[in-house]
Order: sequence, then structure tokens, then C-alpha cells
Amino acid sequence: MNPIVVLGSGLAGYTVIRELRKLNRDIPITLVSRDSGDYYSKPMLSNAFAQHKDATNLVLNSATEMAKQLDIQLFTHTEVGAIHRADKKLETSVGTLHYDRLVLALGADPIRILLQGDAANEVMSVNDLADYAELREALNGVKSIAIMGGGLIGCEFANDWAAAGCAVTVIDPGAYPLASLMPEQAGTQLLQPLAQLGVTWRFGTSIQRMDKAATGYTLTLAGDSTLNADLVISAVGLRPRTQLANDAGLAINRGIVVDEQLRSNDASIFALGDCAEIQGKVQPFVLPIMHAGRALARVLNGEAAKVQFPAMPVVVKTPAHPVAVAPVARDAVGAWKELASGHGVKMGFFDGQNKMIGFVLTGEFAGERSEMTKLLAV
Amino acid sequence: MKVWQCVVCGFIYDEKVGLPEEGIKPGTAWADIPESWACPDCGVAKADFEMVEV
Repeated sequence: MNPIVVLGSGLAGYTVIRELRKLNRDIPITLVSRDSGDYYSKPMLSNAFAQHKDATNLVLNSATEMAKQLDIQLFTHTEVGAIHRADKKLETSVGTLHYDRLVLALGADPIRILLQGDAANEVMSVNDLADYAELREALNGVKSIAIMGGGLIGCEFANDWAAAGCAVTVIDPGAYPLASLMPEQAGTQLLQPLAQLGVTWRFGTSIQRMDKAATGYTLTLAGDSTLNADLVISAVGLRPRTQLANDAGLAINRGIVVDEQLRSNDASIFALGDCAEIQGKVQPFVLPIMHAGRALARVLNGEAAKVQFPAMPVVVKTPAHPVAVAPVARDAVGAWKELASGHGVKMGFFDGQNKMIGFVLTGEFAGERSEMTKLLAV
Repeated sequence: MKVWQCVVCGFIYDEKVGLPEEGIKPGTAWADIPESWACPDCGVAKADFEMVEV
């Protein structure tokens, strides 16, 4: 029998394998990864620097340990060129691999914003452990860092690097931090605590040019003001990796389109994680991946399982002012209401029936996450 | 007394230390923590912790 082949060794790929192994010890599984296959915690990339952790410290289990623990065949540093669906086989840099069922856990690529200037291609981004290793190298002796994007990753990095003593500037065309996740009254709570740590906020503008300077770079912002930075990091969002699936004729929208069984328009091919669009939603966060991984493991084991997402609050790791948020869809009908005030905010989003369908907790209220999650109407 | 680690974010639960800030007393065995408990760092469920050797 041909194996179940999983493409991608991030949280999504390893979670579905780990969950499947809990249900079935015999089914053959092959994992193909284009990187080292070491298991690490991606959320830790954004708070590792202040803890003086380098890339090797972040590996929880080596690829070899994972392969042994999970009883899988593992191909590392292996690229997949094409999926031949009719013959259920893959063209890879180590030859042809046949699959019984295929799981796409390909992840997402950082979105790059095109800049002018002679150093425009020296913008860095941190989306995996190898990127983090590169960043650690680059951070040696660095005093100032500019971050493009004041969203979740931008704010987490800003907090971490400022805590480590760097002068950090966050540049974002929006009006306040975490704008895609929460209302202004909540997002602005981060301004002061992070500023005290050494973060300079530049909202309502964006980097236009990046040029080499005597030391570091000169950045020209919209409106022609300039600033200097030793390092420039882009954290403006992720784009699902869909090329391979698209070339194979699978349905793509924002991500690889799958149903509540994580199944694509090819009955033998599944997708989850940052590359997948599950029931119309791309959710590149830990909890949705865990739930999808568990459901997919049951489906692969022959059960009639469906993924059901409970309320899944997102924690923003900004120790200077902690945040937990259960975001609401952009088009959700209702209003944010303040539930308490103090050092931070406690707000709920209430729909037309006055049911709470989202919340945001910051500062002293961040610890009320589990109580608030229980109150959510799902 | 055992030590458990969140497989997602690396958070450590040490039975000896407990989690007093969450009302879990020092010396609380992992088995006695309610199933509804979630990792304080990343929010994943109790089922996603593994035992680690120290």
C-alpha cells in the first residue's frame, strides 16, 4: 500500500501526523520537507531574542527524533516539483514518490512590498527557523531596527527586540497597532507601554525607498521624511503557498480550497495550515491548525469526522502590555462595548441579538482569557 | 513529580512548582489538572502537552 504523504514539516504537517499516529500505528506515512524537518515552535520565534535563544535552542525535537518517534519515512531538504494526480505520484528532488493520499501542509510566504532604492532587496522577514537563524546572525551589533507592519508579528518582534535593548521603529500605513484584530481603543493601549521600552511608532506612512548608508540603511518614508536603521524587517502578512496545488489543477481561492473534512476538489488530496482555506477562511494561527490537524487525522483514519472550530482566542506576545483577542470577521454586524476599564481594556463585540461573538483583553485584563472564552457565543 | 512541555510553544509545566497564578497549587499532578485547562502561553489544550525529561 502506498503511504499517506505529507508535504511540509511545520506545525500543520507534524500535528496531523502526531494525531494520526495516536489513532493508527500501522498506516505508512511519508513526510517530505524542503527544510531541515526539525520540530520547533513557530510562536517562539517572536520572543526568543530577548531570551538569548538562538535557532538551535529552539529545536524541540530533531528531524531524526521525530521520524523515530512518529515512525515515518522522512525526506528533508527535498523539493516537490509537481503533483501528478492521475497517477497519484509526486515529482521530487529525490525522485518519484507515490501516494495513497496526499496532505498539503505547505505553509505561507511572507508578503513582500516592493521598495525603491539600492538596498531594497535586503529587507528580511522571519517566517521559519532558518530565517530566524539568519536574523540572529544579522542582529550581531545591531542598534536600530525598522519593522514594516504593526500587526501581530510586528508588535511581538518590536517588544522582543526593544526588550533586548534595540531601538525599534514600527512603520505602518494604518492608524494604530493590531488594527486588523481589534478596535482602536484597544490597539492604542500598546502605544505607551512599548514606547517606554524603546519603540518609536510611525503610523499613517510607509517605507518608499531603502538605500545603503555609511552604516545600515537610509529609509525614505512617504512624505519624504527619512530615518536610519541597521536592519529592516518586513512583517506585513502572509500569502498561502498555492502554486504547487494550482499547477496540479486544484481549486484555489485565497488558499487551497478545502471542505470541513479538509478535502480539496481531489478526493485524495487534503490541505491544512497556513496554505489552506477551510470553509472560506484562512486562519494562520496555532489553534485552528491544531483543530484541523485532529479532524484530518480522523478523516485519514477512515472516520466521518468534520472539523469544528470552537472559539479560538489569539494571544499577542507583547509582555510590555499583554493582549488576548477573539477577533470578529471584518463584515461582522454588531458593536464593540467596553466592559471594564483600568490598566488596559476589556471589550466585547456584541451582535444584533446582543450575544458576545468576540472580545479583546489587554493589560491587566489579559489573564481573563479563559473565562471570557467560555462566555463567547459560537 | 514530573515536568510537562507544551508541544506547540515550549511552555513548561513543572508539577513541583504548579501554576499558583492560575490557582494550581505547587505539587499538583498533571492528571489532576482539568481537561479544560489551556496553555497560558499559546492556548492549546491539555492534550497537546508532552512529558519531557529534565
